[in-house]
Amino acid sequence: MPQTFSSSVLIKGISTGARLRRLSLFFSLIAIAFLFVADIHLYTPDPWQELSRIGLGLVTPYWPNASELGVSLLYTVSFALLAVSGAAIIGMLLAMWYHWRVVRVLAAAVRSVHEIFWGLMFMQIFGLSATTGLLAILIPFTGIFAKVFSEIFEQQPVTATSTFGKASRLSRFVYGWIPQAWPALASYTRYRFECALRSSAILGFIGLPTLGFHLETAFKQGDYSEAAAVLWLFLLLIASVRFWLKLRLLPVYLLLAVLALPEMPPVNASFIWQFFSQDIWPTALQDGDFNGTWEWVSRVGVNEVWPALWQTIAITQAALVLSGVLALMLYPLASRALVGRWSVLGRFKLLVLRSVPELMLAYVFMLLFGPSALPAILALALHNGGLIAFLLANSSEDANKRIGEGVPKGMMRFAYIDLPQRYPAFLAFLFYRWEVILRESAMMGVVGIATLGFYVDSAFEEIRFDKAFFLIVVAALLNICVDGLSRWLRARSGLKAPTL
Amino acid sequence: MRRSIFKAIAICATVFSASIASAETFTFTAIPDADESRLNERFGKVADYLTEQLGVDVKYIPVKSYPAAITAFRNDQVQLAWFGGLSGVQARELVEGSEAIAQGYEDQFFKTYIIANAATNLIPREEFPVALEGKTFTFGSKGSTSGRLMPEFYIRENTGKSPEELFSRVGFSGDHSRTIALVESGAYDLGAVNYSVWDIELGLGKIDQSKVNVIWTTPTYPDYQWTIRGDVNARYGEGFKAKVTEALLNMKDEDLLASFPRKSFVPASNSDYAPIYETGKSIGLID
Repeated sequence: MPQTFSSSVLIKGISTGARLRRLSLFFSLIAIAFLFVADIHLYTPDPWQELSRIGLGLVTPYWPNASELGVSLLYTVSFALLAVSGAAIIGMLLAMWYHWRVVRVLAAAVRSVHEIFWGLMFMQIFGLSATTGLLAILIPFTGIFAKVFSEIFEQQPVTATSTFGKASRLSRFVYGWIPQAWPALASYTRYRFECALRSSAILGFIGLPTLGFHLETAFKQGDYSEAAAVLWLFLLLIASVRFWLKLRLLPVYLLLAVLALPEMPPVNASFIWQFFSQDIWPTALQDGDFNGTWEWVSRVGVNEVWPALWQTIAITQAALVLSGVLALMLYPLASRALVGRWSVLGRFKLLVLRSVPELMLAYVFMLLFGPSALPAILALALHNGGLIAFLLANSSEDANKRIGEGVPKGMMRFAYIDLPQRYPAFLAFLFYRWEVILRESAMMGVVGIATLGFYVDSAFEEIRFDKAFFLIVVAALLNICVDGLSRWLRARSGLKAPTL
Repeated sequence: MRRSIFKAIAICATVFSASIASAETFTFTAIPDADESRLNERFGKVADYLTEQLGVDVKYIPVKSYPAAITAFRNDQVQLAWFGGLSGVQARELVEGSEAIAQGYEDQFFKTYIIANAATNLIPREEFPVALEGKTFTFGSKGSTSGRLMPEFYIRENTGKSPEELFSRVGFSGDHSRTIALVESGAYDLGAVNYSVWDIELGLGKIDQSKVNVIWTTPTYPDYQWTIRGDVNARYGEGFKAKVTEALLNMKDEDLLASFPRKSFVPASNSDYAPIYETGKSIGLID
């Protein structure tokens, strides 16, 4: 099967080198400027006792009740499989009509809300049920699929469809575009499945019965051996996906996933109605008191939204650039074409980085450096850097398959051939992660940084769904802006149609 | 042939009646303040005890956080819940007719410890320590009574400042054990922790007192309690609420009580929690 969704992009864009250099420099300067704005402070704690407990736990994984863990593993996979399948199909339909603005805005809106927040909202309606878990993944992923699939279609040569004449849009896709773009579509869906496994596990943090449930509890309580057992199991799951996820076995897996779902309690329609008609609107607005509503909005705006906006953006920009630097440093170590057999080690490192939830990385960094924006930035950068490096390593290996004998090896090949070739794709990946980093900065309340997501989380804790909803809308708008900006920058810099 | 048809019908009937019975299942949830591991196993035993006492099928579902417990209670996914002081008040505000029926013996006079890293050189004292200005501070979970509400109330009352104004940084560790770990390591200078969690971890030798210690104790307040929905008598039979209360108050098995962990349960009422409601209101956590 033709590999990866990225390889086709790489050769283009080298002529635009100067522009890319300028763009990189520009973003680095912004990040440095934001480092001064960001709430960074270096404390000197004495973390070694706690860190040695964590270290010891990692090498002595232990779980007392295997069946309990097995069940949550099953739920994790089932949620991910069903949600991705649904999202891919709906996303495909939306991608066919992606030239309609309303579809684009809808897709951008649904993917701009973090899975955890979708989960928290659906929990108000469906309780702790399979429905909540499935929808929390399916909805944002649909938005992502719609966008990426439409970009994959854009990138296809027009030959196949030009012969279709007056065929309907649907049949042009079904008989033309989709078969033609199939390898890229399938490859991207496979990658998304890995992301869904992570999302599914993370949903355990808010109480769904997936792996994250046990991971969070054990980690929080300092049972590091138990936390390590769950973490290792999760790493194993992610690493093994490529061995067991086969297209022809998919129907069987889907059937098993449906059977494996936890029981769904009956949904009470009055909760749905109450949630949408009352819970999410400020009381003043429900009473028709517009002055009161305005007062409420400006109070939340001044006290929470405005300061949080700056912290969120500052952390995001710094983490974005640091992710990039890390990705460029890490990817060659995982590319077989550059380091030969040692790439296995590099691959493992990237697997760990992209699979360990950022929240845990942030906790470890907080033990090291004390609470401030620093642990948050480092955690986000390591996680996203690891992910981008993984994608780059894939495309590096893929591109180098076609390189003949007689080219330099090792460092020389990295510096003079591979890196320049990868760079446009690298920037494109980085811009794609931009909005993701923005969303994930929400999860950093533990380090004492009040990002937008911190306030969303607080609003849910205080059972103030009106405020939560308002803040989510603000966060979503910010996300849509960043998404638009990144689209514009990519187009302007000639980073055309990378598909991730 | 005919026999197998009868057999199939019998199986269907059993399955069907089982599903009807499960519609009548009485469900509860509980988040203990210490040790959240193996909730299903530990509270499964409590469910067995209640099944035996109440004569209906009782099931336990684990939740992760106070808001999740409140949501489950509001949405009738659970009819009985072991809430913290604040979460109980919030839940009863949302579900009309719901009632606090029992609290832990210890919950009549609960308290919070303010703990400090040794490097702060703060020493334990009777009156509220004044030299907290500019330090870093971590609460537990945002919705916790002992880890957030009461310590924030006393900080405000004694200093006239909000935590954000008083401290150079305010974090939410999410959990009492983690608050201890974070202050012990010096990641935060100070923290607020549930006294019972501290005492238990101290007893287990998990705390290095050369690094972290209690510097102040809040006055006592009511905390955890069992809250039941108002419509249970109509659904599970007359006098059901009284039966549940009795079963909880009569829970003597130490193995069961250790899950909470409480010495015993004593009667409670909504009015016992009026101080918590007022406190929540005064610091703006309840509208």
